[in-house]
Amino acid sequence: MLHAVIAAATEEVAKNPLIPEWYDIIWSAVCFVVIFFFFWKLVLPKMQKLLDDRAEAIEGNIAKADDAQRKAEAALVQYTAQLADARAEAGAIRDQARTDGQRIVAEHKDQAAAEAGRIAASAKTQIEAERQAAVVSLRSEVGTLAIDLASGVIGESLSDDAKASAIVDRFLAELEASDVPSPATAPTVGKI
Amino acid sequence: MLSSIVNLPTFVVARAELTAPKQEKALLEIAVNLMVPSATGDGEFHGPSINEFFPDVIFFADTPFEINRIILIRFLAVAVLMLVFWLGTRRMKIIPTRGQSLAEMGLDFVRVNIAEDLLGKKDGKRFLPLLTTIFFMVLFMNLTGIIPFLNIAGTSVIGVPLLLGLIAYATFIYAGVKKSPAKFFRNSLFPPGVPVGLYIIVTPIEFISTFLVRPFTLTLRLMMNMIVGHLLLVLFFSATQFFFFTADGGFKLFGAGTLIFGFAFTLFEVLIALLQAYIFALLTAVYIQLALAEEH
Repeated sequence: MLHAVIAAATEEVAKNPLIPEWYDIIWSAVCFVVIFFFFWKLVLPKMQKLLDDRAEAIEGNIAKADDAQRKAEAALVQYTAQLADARAEAGAIRDQARTDGQRIVAEHKDQAAAEAGRIAASAKTQIEAERQAAVVSLRSEVGTLAIDLASGVIGESLSDDAKASAIVDRFLAELEASDVPSPATAPTVGKI
Repeated sequence: MLSSIVNLPTFVVARAELTAPKQEKALLEIAVNLMVPSATGDGEFHGPSINEFFPDVIFFADTPFEINRIILIRFLAVAVLMLVFWLGTRRMKIIPTRGQSLAEMGLDFVRVNIAEDLLGKKDGKRFLPLLTTIFFMVLFMNLTGIIPFLNIAGTSVIGVPLLLGLIAYATFIYAGVKKSPAKFFRNSLFPPGVPVGLYIIVTPIEFISTFLVRPFTLTLRLMMNMIVGHLLLVLFFSATQFFFFTADGGFKLFGAGTLIFGFAFTLFEVLIALLQAYIFALLTAVYIQLALAEEH
């Protein structure tokens, strides 16, 4: 028994865990190199790429949102501008309509006035012409009537035409001299 | 304490072979054996032994490329690590799937909490592959310690911790030298703001702490944590085995206690595995940061 223990001891208690064996170091180095290259060349670049992608995605979304907001703001500005334009245009149209209306009314007024004037003028001319005609006819008839009347009254025929017409003419001239400027000639004439 | 135990046999054996007679050597080894619980024979208690970290060679015996069980476990850890991250990052989408979020969470942990936190965005990115590798290599190799049928951490043998420690060491020196060689060594060895006379004391201390001790503290912290974790678990579970199947009567009850402790320490080992991976990567980042800083 004791011998067995001693044998085991002399055989086994020879290793010092602090002294590395070559094979231990070599295989450790192999493991290290494999893992190192695995992380360095494969895993960490992937990870880095992922992190970049993720950051980019987040920034991209932010940028997208910014863009959308900018677009919305631009649209709003455009809309407001359009609205203002439309308002201005409406105002202009209204003004235009108002001036047009006024112009049309004025034109029509003028036309109407002119028409009225024309009508009045023609009426006046006609009346004047009729008056002249009346005056001319009256002149001869009133003269004849008056002389006839006078002949009748004085009982003698005043057949001396020259005299008679001179008397009538003088009478009418006096009459005209006093009454021609006034339009009340006819009644005056009528009175005689 | 543990290192003194494990150192002793070699030292003693070496001394004994040179000077002492055979009997004395045997006696010394019995004494040593009592300190490192290790017994043979059936029906006896099988305590954990340091030799568990040096299992039999499986492939390529007697070459520098020997492969034993622990090396195979490391290969397995590497394969699982690569599989996990290959699956997790195979089809990266902006909106992650469940597997991708897990991979991303792990990678982000190193990137944000270690690299960028300590080194800033620019330098953090420069050293990110190294820090990621250190963190996940240590983590996955630590976790093999509690996986059934593997049951030993890939980092519990000095190779990986030492290698990573030396890589961290080389990296922070490279970082400092690349930044500005003169300033790096001056600031490291002659910290500004110290009275000139004190440099006699300060400079050797700084030299030892910065250029000699750092890789070994990294190495030993990790390796010892994993060795002790393994030994504790083996102790608890082998004790459970012993109490349940070998011990008599009332002693069987102790088995329940050791089993519960074993379970608790298994969970604790998960925490340790994460913590040690974090510490290793964090300290590497801290050393790089100190080397890159304008002043120390």
